[in-house]
Amino acid sequence: MSNRRDFMGMALGGFTALGGIGALYAMKKTWDPLPSVKSAGFTTIDLKDAPENVLVTEKWRGKPIFVLKQSKEMVAKAKKSKEIDRLIKIGDDYYMVAVGLCTHLGCIPGYNPETEGFLCACHGGQYDSTAMVTKAPPPRGLDIPPFKIDGTKLVLGEQGPEYKKMLADGTTMPV
Amino acid sequence: MAHFDENAKPFSHQWLNDRLAIDTLKRVLSTEYWIPKNINFLWAMGMVLAATFGLLLISGIFLLMYYQPNTNLAFDSVNYTIMTEVGYGWLWRHIHGVGASVVFLIIYIHMFTGIYYGSYKRGRELIWLSGMLLFVLFSAEAFSGYMLPWGQMSYWAGMVITNLFSGGSLHANGLVEWIRGDYIPGQAFLSRFFMLHVLLMPLVIIGAIVFHFGTLRLPHVNNQDGEDFDFEESARLYKEGKKKESKVIPFNPVFLSKDVFVMGIYFIFFFYLVFYHFEFAMDPVNFDPANGLKTPTHIYPEWYFLWSYEILRPFPTDPGLIAFGFAQVIFFLLPFLDRSPNVAPASRRGLFKFWFWILLVDMIVLTFMGKLPPQGIWSTIGLIAAIIFIALWVLLPIITKLEKKL
Repeated sequence: MSNRRDFMGMALGGFTALGGIGALYAMKKTWDPLPSVKSAGFTTIDLKDAPENVLVTEKWRGKPIFVLKQSKEMVAKAKKSKEIDRLIKIGDDYYMVAVGLCTHLGCIPGYNPETEGFLCACHGGQYDSTAMVTKAPPPRGLDIPPFKIDGTKLVLGEQGPEYKKMLADGTTMPV
Repeated sequence: MAHFDENAKPFSHQWLNDRLAIDTLKRVLSTEYWIPKNINFLWAMGMVLAATFGLLLISGIFLLMYYQPNTNLAFDSVNYTIMTEVGYGWLWRHIHGVGASVVFLIIYIHMFTGIYYGSYKRGRELIWLSGMLLFVLFSAEAFSGYMLPWGQMSYWAGMVITNLFSGGSLHANGLVEWIRGDYIPGQAFLSRFFMLHVLLMPLVIIGAIVFHFGTLRLPHVNNQDGEDFDFEESARLYKEGKKKESKVIPFNPVFLSKDVFVMGIYFIFFFYLVFYHFEFAMDPVNFDPANGLKTPTHIYPEWYFLWSYEILRPFPTDPGLIAFGFAQVIFFLLPFLDRSPNVAPASRRGLFKFWFWILLVDMIVLTFMGKLPPQGIWSTIGLIAAIIFIALWVLLPIITKLEKKL
């Protein structure tokens, strides 16, 4: 009667495996971020009063957001190095808006207005005034958060056409 | 059915023996568990570790009575309630902090003893593998515990270490957010690491310790000469009273008395640290409450993670992560990378002697460099030491293959 015993064994094993997979799925979902955490993710910031070459730090989804209004010299430099694509243009002004976490392992880089650059103290990464990386270990410039332009305001968390273009041409990575 | 003595008084020796076989248990687990005579104080590190784990467990139970796993309350529950209000709260905290640090010192001594004497091969592979598993579990336990005071170092260590799981260019932000339960380390993160630290990890660690003891039973403990002798023959001599001719002693009470002596010395050192130098285990930066908008100037892990941190640091992200991953798993492969049949102290094994000492010194150099800011000459020394570490493991199969059989 070993066939019958095998059948019972396989049936028991099969259903146990099924239950095990179901339990693993439930455990995975339990570890997911809660819906309330995911939905509280929109912040509006006004760029109108931002001063030139002074780093302003806002907060979005608990992360620091760097805003740096570019001076004329910075814009000229960015145009030359093609990094102008990283800047957000509102009227005639250009702004660097980025998540202020080093793309290496997530420390917050510090800004030095004299050198017009960022330095991450954790592992020595450096960025220029458009937040493009200039010294490893960070693999890329600071990430640009999803934004939508609304007059002189930015809605962070929403994807406007300018942001979609940046994503499409690889200027930034999805955050 | 077994025979039960009707006349045995309840809970008398006979009564318990009929029901639990206590004599057999005692014989198998202690009085006839044979340990070689030819060993030194380094063989006591296992019991020293077990005792330190016991101290961590007991002090942890008392800390758990007042700790609050809430991002608004955690910092004060540790630094105010436990440290100033709870009677002897400071004692439990300092035992727990010092114990967490010192346990790694003893783990490293225990590991390097095993490497030096070749106690990881010819039947002892599973001892090594289960020991390495314990090292990983203790690392996870230490990391999750480090989150709990919710100071600046807790928060930023949590940020940096969880970011490792994005896998560099793989950009797996979803996985990182899944681990955290949030975009950043927040309440969900603190609660789940609290759960890991006080329940899941200790349970798994206790299971792994039992398994580690189990793997030791058949191959037996190694000895100072790596000598392969007949344990049964030696055990017979010992039981016949020829203790001088026998090469073994029973675990209990003979070996244990030596263990207890070493533990006594160790506890003098341990409680000296607890009472007079606990600050080495208490990073001053972690006495600032967690702030997600301000990174401390230098982020560095506790000393016991510095060597692997320094292997990550000098490289660009992706090679750095690969080197770091290499450093985390390579010790597991030791029994299979060592191609020599010799079980002997490193001093008698030709090139392996140099391999051992270079590895030890290299890891100490990496540890020092990991603490220093990543600038100038320190970066260069760190990079060279990291490359030497990787090169040593690549060379290991070659130099042990060349080794002459003793």
